[in-house]
Amino acid sequence: MKRGVHDIGGLPENQIDQSEHDYALWEKRIDALLVLLTGEKQIMRVDELRRGIESLDIDAYSELSYYERWIASISKILVEKGIFSSTELEGKMAEVLARGTES
Amino acid sequence: MKPAFQPGASVTVSNRDIQGHMRTPTYIRGKTGVVERLCGSFRNPETLAYGGDGLPKQPLYRVRFLQSHVWPEYRGPSTDTVDIEIYQHWLEPVS
Repeated sequence: MKRGVHDIGGLPENQIDQSEHDYALWEKRIDALLVLLTGEKQIMRVDELRRGIESLDIDAYSELSYYERWIASISKILVEKGIFSSTELEGKMAEVLARGTES
Repeated sequence: MKPAFQPGASVTVSNRDIQGHMRTPTYIRGKTGVVERLCGSFRNPETLAYGGDGLPKQPLYRVRFLQSHVWPEYRGPSTDTVDIEIYQHWLEPVS
């Protein structure tokens, strides 16, 4: 039976990192973004968030942190729904990156 | 969808090999447990995950399994159990 990347119950695993950490501002923003998207306007559902996370390839799933997986999924779902295109997203990311490197 | 199982009923989790957004973990498929309670009826996440309306609502049960049944090499007490919430369309009656 082919398992999803997230479906690891019962598989051998190394020690789990159970240390606590404070959330970074960007992590709080991603959380807030999902609250808005799944709220009154219901642009997407948490089930779609989960599906997007579960469909990450194994390398991405292993490397990304919790909220990085969220934003990867949110981006994918919103592009899928035509809220914005991947070209628009890339353009915006380049714009923000340039803003950050201005001296 | 009406609830088909009462608390105390023995049920076997479907062993279907299926891709998509499933909330039934692989490790519990094919295992037999006992319905502990009906949690309510909810829109089906398997279609909600793809932009569908999730209707008809599916009854969701908390099903209790013996750890020694789920994990053949389990070394803890034989009375240990694990509860998993499973939608009705994944459950088959044990005759």
